[in-house]
Amino acid sequence: MDEAIGQRPPRNNTFSDLQRALSPTGNTGDAIFRLFLLGAASLVLLIVVAMILALAYESRLSISQFGLRFLSGTNWDPVKGDFGALAFVYGTVVSSLIALLIAVPLSLGIAIFLVEQAPRQLARPLAFVVELLAAIPSVVYGLWGIFVLAPFLRVHVEPPLQRWFGWLPLFTGSITGIGLLTGGIILAIMVTPIISAVVRDVLTAVPGSQREAALALGATKWETTRVVLVNGAPGIAGAVILGLGRAIGETMAVTMVIGNRAQISASLFEPSYTIASVLANEFTEASQDLYLSSLVELGLILFFVTFVVNAIARILVWNVTRKTSGVGGAA
Amino acid sequence: MPTFWKSPRITALILLASFALVPLACSPGGGPSSGNGVTKLQGAGATFPNPLYQKWVSEYGKLHPGVQIDYQSIGSGGGIKQIQEQTVDFGASDAPMKDEELKAAPGELLHIPTVLGAVVVTYNVASIAQPLHFSPEVVADIFLGKIKKWDDAKIKQDNPGVSLPAADITTVHRSEASGTTFVFTDYLSKVSPEWKEKVGTDKSPKWPGGQGGKGNEGVTGQIKNQPNTIGYVELAYAVQNKMPAALIKNANGKFVEPSIDAVTAAAASASTQTPDDLRVSITNSPGENAYPISSYTYVLAYKDQKHADKGKALVEFLWWGIHDGEQFAKELQYAPLPAEIVKRAEAKINSITSGGKPLR
Repeated sequence: MDEAIGQRPPRNNTFSDLQRALSPTGNTGDAIFRLFLLGAASLVLLIVVAMILALAYESRLSISQFGLRFLSGTNWDPVKGDFGALAFVYGTVVSSLIALLIAVPLSLGIAIFLVEQAPRQLARPLAFVVELLAAIPSVVYGLWGIFVLAPFLRVHVEPPLQRWFGWLPLFTGSITGIGLLTGGIILAIMVTPIISAVVRDVLTAVPGSQREAALALGATKWETTRVVLVNGAPGIAGAVILGLGRAIGETMAVTMVIGNRAQISASLFEPSYTIASVLANEFTEASQDLYLSSLVELGLILFFVTFVVNAIARILVWNVTRKTSGVGGAA
Repeated sequence: MPTFWKSPRITALILLASFALVPLACSPGGGPSSGNGVTKLQGAGATFPNPLYQKWVSEYGKLHPGVQIDYQSIGSGGGIKQIQEQTVDFGASDAPMKDEELKAAPGELLHIPTVLGAVVVTYNVASIAQPLHFSPEVVADIFLGKIKKWDDAKIKQDNPGVSLPAADITTVHRSEASGTTFVFTDYLSKVSPEWKEKVGTDKSPKWPGGQGGKGNEGVTGQIKNQPNTIGYVELAYAVQNKMPAALIKNANGKFVEPSIDAVTAAAASASTQTPDDLRVSITNSPGENAYPISSYTYVLAYKDQKHADKGKALVEFLWWGIHDGEQFAKELQYAPLPAEIVKRAEAKINSITSGGKPLR
């Protein structure tokens, strides 16, 4: 494509270097369009940088007071003015991880069924319902979590888990229905529609010729689906990262079922706390400067947690797609 | 600056902008006092008295169409901040302002108590017909995690003849910063030296254990849906949701059921120790019928009002509130002020001036 444009003869030979840089075709409209796009794209970068700077500036008091101890500390005591973020980071990362562990296979299943298997009369309404789920406000998920999901888990899910897998530290402790596991599950339910809706679009975009080619070579339905998945892998990765972003930043639904206690416990049944939840819960009434500054620093940390988790996810996906596309190439 | 003014384009812009602002300044609410006889008052603060204040605003508006009052329930902390920055005409807070907060304000702020509220200890224990009784130290020990089982000897001692299960106690507290938590921890700090030392009084302290629930509805949900839990909610909320309410042993050694009259009684018996500025904690106050986990909620106003007409409207509104407005308190599950405190609040309202002149 690029070469084709480069080979097209310019309309006139008098435009300047600047114009040439802005628009290789020498069209003023194109130049304006390009400038606009450049502005829009750089605005995103500018907002990110401005946000990091503002967060860092507002948290300078707690950064200078606690230094790196803020990252390793697990104590959060507004009365005594001692603050540490580790328990919140742990709660955020683990609850999002649980969410993805459940949501990714589920979403892939939904999307593959909708695109590859379901009859059209069923696929349309089903896809609509999935997208409807994505539009439910998170506070509604939270209330449903307290009144339906948590009691259900307490009675029907957590006791068998403890009976069979109680030898794992993950499933020890008292069974209450409120805690890290419930937080992760509610997040999974919330991100599933997002991931599956995007994956569905990605799979629909895979050319039909790929499927026809695989089938023509004698591939089964399962093998054909694998070819389609490999083709859509980068898009699927994007969908997962989008879901992860929502899981990490989710506030209301999580805070209503996670138990809101800043602690690190191996057990998934124990209460935990996420960064986004503690910010929402304590920001409005934080009056001392150090307290407020520590909350802002938590926001800064949330930024970096999102950044690091996204980077790890991308590297993982990149490795997987490279391997599978190698296999796909050989097939 | 001088070069700035020399630029004709900027001067023109400023002129244009100021013309554009003229109609704004004339419209109601734009200026300090406004045209066509309507005075606007802006208030912000505590969420706890919000239902009552909204009722007051609507009832007062019917009687005085010339005064338009807007109250925003943004939380006590926000109310204090806004009145300090003078962005509102009156603030509202459940906890009285601290000395350093008062110093940070540009003028002398008055605390005018409006009504009282109470915090109820509620629980979910199956197969108990009569309400449970708790001594103060038992409540503190449960929330400190020292009493772990419902059939603990200390709980049994307060509840003879009640069959309590041999189950673990799960405590539930408010996860977000809240005035309800402040009153509850203030009470526990008074009755338990260990609580005072380990946890202290705060809107969101570091809890020794248990779960956090978001808001009164979150705490209620977690208690209703989990057996063997205990937590605390506002009296009004407990009554409306028909939740079991524990009787708490007061400073006189009597177990008192949380009720509106018991809360007013606590304020009345604490009135002799109430300081001149009316900033007082009435938790664990003496008195035969006093419910011990009670507290005032306050309106915050500057003693010296900048604008006489606004100040006049505010003074008249507050005066109406602590007299005629108190009749709406009970139906909304707030405890009205005792007569002695109404007298002292009257004196506070009467001391509000503008430019040295009394407004009432």
